[in-house]
Amino acid sequence: MRVNHYLEDKLLLFEITEELDHHEVERIRKRADYEIQRVMPKKVIFDFKKVSFMDSAGIGLIVGRYKFANLYGANTELINVNEKVRKIFEMSGVLKIIPIIDNYGSERIG
Amino acid sequence: MNRDIKNEMKIEFSSKSANEAFARISVAAFASQLDPTIEEIADIKTSVSEAVTNSIIHAYPNRDGIVKLSAKLLDDEIEIEVSDTGEGIENIEEAREPLFTTKGNLERSGMGFTIMENFMDKLKVESIVGIGTKVTMIKKIKKNKSLENTY
Repeated sequence: MRVNHYLEDKLLLFEITEELDHHEVERIRKRADYEIQRVMPKKVIFDFKKVSFMDSAGIGLIVGRYKFANLYGANTELINVNEKVRKIFEMSGVLKIIPIIDNYGSERIG
Repeated sequence: MNRDIKNEMKIEFSSKSANEAFARISVAAFASQLDPTIEEIADIKTSVSEAVTNSIIHAYPNRDGIVKLSAKLLDDEIEIEVSDTGEGIENIEEAREPLFTTKGNLERSGMGFTIMENFMDKLKVESIVGIGTKVTMIKKIKKNKSLENTY
């Protein structure tokens, strides 16, 4: 996972590069929570562009980080989510509270 | 139904989370003999990952155990079995409910069985408390009809 911090916007962007299963999620969770605590952002974004695999462990990870970021008053959003991953999120109903933002400002993130 | 087994495989591995990727990649490689679509392979990988993770987390919560994984290739389907000799499931019906989890503290979503049900064509869960759990899943692999018609 690559971590990008945009100070001016109080934005913390996590670019996930791992396959999101139970094994990887345990490590990503620790890193993400450390960064959220350190930066205290207003917004947390998870970029799924490089996620080639996700199972239900990914749902747990995102819901958990949403709750944790919320303690600091930050919103959580998801970007670049492929069809397969979107379907898994849809099944769980979490997209009602954690939105997928389509066409997120690619000129800056890319 | 044609139950002619074309090929089969069996693997046993320790209930370590690093083996989750190993398990799903092994089954995907084996299933490729049926010439599945990318979509079908993705469904299989996700479902195997769910079943194996369940064994690792729920069957052996405080110790290492053995997870058994086997697959059979039939004419137009793959049958996959994931079993353990761990804790077992007290109430299977409840466990299969979407969002039901006994491991909320570990940020488990309770979506494992729901995903297996959605991505596979058949799902059977058998379990005895203190003895273990066996999950059997079947995925139909559509034959490439256009290719057959060509020849």
